[in-house]
Amino acid sequence: MITAAPAPFGQSSGPTVRRVNDPLHGDLLEVSMGPQHPSTHGVFRMDVTLDGEVIVKLKPVFGYLHRNHEKIAENTSYLSSMPYTDRLDYLCSMSTNWAYAMAVEKLSGQAVPDRAQYLRVILAELTRIVNHACLVGFLFNDLGTSFTPLLYAFREREKIIDLFEALSGSRMMCNYQRFGGCRVDPTPEWLAAASKLVDNFPRFLDEYETMLTGNEILLARTQGVGRLDPKHAVNAGITGPVLRACGVNYDLRKVDAYGFYPRFDFRVPLGEHGDTYDRYMMRILEMRESVKILQQAFKVLPAGPIMDPKAKLRGFRPKPGETYGRLEGPKGELGFYLLSDGTPNPYRYRVRPPSLINLTLLEEMCLGHTVADAVVILGSIDIVLGEVDR
Amino acid sequence: MLGSGIIKGLAVTAKNFVGSYFVPERMVTEQYPEDRPKLPENYRSFPLLVSETAEDPMGTLRCVACQICEKECPPQCIYIEKSKDKKPDATGKMQLYPVVFAIDTSVCMSCGLCAELCPFDSIKMDQVFEVAATNRFAGLLLNREQLAKSNAYYHSIRPVEAAEVDARLAADRQAAEAKAKAAAAAKAAAAAAKAAAPAAQPAPAPVAEAPKPPSPAA
Amino acid sequence: MSASTDSFLERAPIEARDWLVQLLPAPLQWFTHHLITIGAILAVFGLFFAFTTVAERKLLGRLQNRLGPNRSGLPKFSALPWHLKHKLFGLTQPFADAVKALTKEDIVPAAADKLLHFLAPVLVVAFSLLTFAVLPFGRNMVPVDLDAGLLYFFAAGSATELTIFMAGWASRNKYSLLAAMRALAQVISYELPLLLSVVPVVLVAGTLSTNEIVTAQGGWSFGILPHWNIFTPWGFIGFLLFLVAALAECNRSPFDLPEAESELIAGHLTEYSGFKYALFFMAEYFGLTALSGLGVTLFLGGWQAPCDFLPFIPSYVWFMGKLVMMIVFFIWVRGTLLRLRIDQLTRLAWQFIVPLALINLGNAAFWALTASWAGPLQLVRLGVSLALVVGPFILLGRRLNIGRGPRTYRYATS
Repeated sequence: MITAAPAPFGQSSGPTVRRVNDPLHGDLLEVSMGPQHPSTHGVFRMDVTLDGEVIVKLKPVFGYLHRNHEKIAENTSYLSSMPYTDRLDYLCSMSTNWAYAMAVEKLSGQAVPDRAQYLRVILAELTRIVNHACLVGFLFNDLGTSFTPLLYAFREREKIIDLFEALSGSRMMCNYQRFGGCRVDPTPEWLAAASKLVDNFPRFLDEYETMLTGNEILLARTQGVGRLDPKHAVNAGITGPVLRACGVNYDLRKVDAYGFYPRFDFRVPLGEHGDTYDRYMMRILEMRESVKILQQAFKVLPAGPIMDPKAKLRGFRPKPGETYGRLEGPKGELGFYLLSDGTPNPYRYRVRPPSLINLTLLEEMCLGHTVADAVVILGSIDIVLGEVDR
Repeated sequence: MLGSGIIKGLAVTAKNFVGSYFVPERMVTEQYPEDRPKLPENYRSFPLLVSETAEDPMGTLRCVACQICEKECPPQCIYIEKSKDKKPDATGKMQLYPVVFAIDTSVCMSCGLCAELCPFDSIKMDQVFEVAATNRFAGLLLNREQLAKSNAYYHSIRPVEAAEVDARLAADRQAAEAKAKAAAAAKAAAAAAKAAAPAAQPAPAPVAEAPKPPSPAA
Repeated sequence: MSASTDSFLERAPIEARDWLVQLLPAPLQWFTHHLITIGAILAVFGLFFAFTTVAERKLLGRLQNRLGPNRSGLPKFSALPWHLKHKLFGLTQPFADAVKALTKEDIVPAAADKLLHFLAPVLVVAFSLLTFAVLPFGRNMVPVDLDAGLLYFFAAGSATELTIFMAGWASRNKYSLLAAMRALAQVISYELPLLLSVVPVVLVAGTLSTNEIVTAQGGWSFGILPHWNIFTPWGFIGFLLFLVAALAECNRSPFDLPEAESELIAGHLTEYSGFKYALFFMAEYFGLTALSGLGVTLFLGGWQAPCDFLPFIPSYVWFMGKLVMMIVFFIWVRGTLLRLRIDQLTRLAWQFIVPLALINLGNAAFWALTASWAGPLQLVRLGVSLALVVGPFILLGRRLNIGRGPRTYRYATS
């Protein structure tokens, strides 16, 4: 039988494999972590086989939250799917909305006014901050803090979510983007409040980093844990901060240069080791870059319409054809594939969820580490079960 | 040195501890039942049906049972039955009205598409968030009597938007009246002409139709 | 320090007990004497536990910029003029919690070992209460003045970890089993550092009796600097090591591995509900209080006042005050730190705390041997002792986190 050896004390060295010939070696313990488990971020299950506390086999099991999203979208109009996309990644509905709107706009060839383009960038970057703040908060909860970093992060997230509520009417299920523009024009007060919030955000990040980034326990718990090989990651189609933590320079904002991103000056942070600590730091650094983008966007936001005047809400029938619209979501490449046959409903509708695809290498990352690490690695991948299961 | 990161962390939490007493911005807790949250105007919870008056909500519903919301509702939670007869609507035109208008709020996902698509400014999103019921089926299935809220209430929750809607409706009504007046004048003129010119055949039916419903707001 | 200078408040509890005891016939006196002591400890520390839970929740709340529990109060008696705020800042929360725990359904898994499952929470409370017997709560206020009080304390204290194993095994739950194994690993790893961190005190004081250790720390330099062990180099590092080991011994964050809620749900508590759960909770706080009390006794001068003009405040007030400080510190740590992994936990014990404690033992021996040095030699003594603390700490600490540290990141060029 082949099992992974526990890492030598102090140096967790990724998956190492040893052969067990020892008759005194005990049985393996199979534990089903989830779907009801405090750290699986929803209804996710890991069927774990343990040698002591060391993981020798891990099988991710999902589908508990399957809601038939794609089939429902094929049976409703294009517009009626928009509120459903909120529920995919319920932490980042603004970017999910944008990805879907982008795919439909590609299909129908609609133009988007400048102001709406800028608004989309602003909202997508605010969403990135919301998502990353949530992620680092929950990651620390998985690491065993008593909610303190989570609540600090949630305080900041709450402020952004309140902005979303003031703009779109709902905190998380924004349903804001439309084909050819945005739904509501923000008031000047809203823009002032958002700009002030963004200017204050680095202070929170500094405090957060002082509190935790140099913490010896954090370093010991995350550095060298859950290492991911860049080649392996590319082959598995992993995207987003998880891929960039391995040092692969792939950010759709630069690669595709979609929306108005080429007009902004920002950098893409890259990790080196591909371990949990790098994945955590990617999020922190990306939040800082998002703040930069936002500050530029608030300065140059033009006045003007927010909807394409030719766009119509009802009776929308794109010409037959197929398209794939994608953007750099907070979790990775978020894409929508649409196949139109000229009817009001898409013939085929398919989502490329970054959470699901990033999850595929969970076993490779976890082998040879302990149960405690598996929880942290899962937390650092950043999944949302609404998107994994759809 | 080992421990410096831990000491920094302890200092930050201590700062937050002290700050929680002196810096109100640090605290985000609302003492909910006593302190009511301030809802932004755009906040939406569940749909409501706007009626012109509070005294006769069923008689003055703006809804004309066009069933657009029923068709477009993503989770299909709206059920409408049209009336057999017609009543004048907000712009004075004779329209159908809903005999049954029911929304299953246990299915509704508060997306607001119905309010966005309604061409008659009839269905709007409410801001009531305390919607618990003791019966999960009947208690959450709201009929038109429960959904109807007066225009004054709509003004109280969304002043800016309601003012816009009222202005638009008033303009439509004026346009309709002007058109009706013009039509009446034309009719009178035609009648006069007919009276003036004796003819054997009866006068043609007046073609003056009431104005088309306002096109959906783009 | 003689009994004659004691104020009335200082003597009151003891004299009240003696007065009660002498009312009874002689054969019952011995028994009543101890019964009253036990009753007093149960009452005081029962209430102390209750308010520790609410203090923990409120302090953690404030650390996290929340309010903490502030709803539970008394029913409205608006007729009473003194009772203007019925919420009482949520201070009656523990009593509401107790009622809730008592009225909850007690669920025992079908496959569990019913007897052990029942015994574990009972025993854990019993063992954790035993340790209070040797703590000197005030002058002349030690329940049982054993000559080998420290040994007794550790013997009773380490038994609680066995009951955790019992609970984990009896629950027949895989998470509980893992927690039980972790608890055993933890007790084996941390019993030794805890003992070793205490030995220097014994060595310097020359006694195992807790009461005498406190007495040995009496007196002040210049009237304001007390002769507590924590103010010596070996005492300071000993106290730090003791704190770490104590955190591990009573399963507090960052060493709360047996009940790691993010990994093992609640560890050995997974299959406990209702009042049995509350008993574990209680035992955990009793253990925390007892270990804090021991820390106060050994390093913080026990019931001694910090300045020579302050002893008019009764000694037990000083003891409780220091105890509260320790508990607040533990809560603060819990609100800040993350949890270690089990291999890092044992590694910290064997590679860092045990060697440091051993070096500290030599340090304390040096300190005790050089007690007669005077004049500039005193500075030499302090310097050598400090070097013996700081040097090993830095060297061993560097080894502990080798290859790890904050990183700098590059940005994509394109």
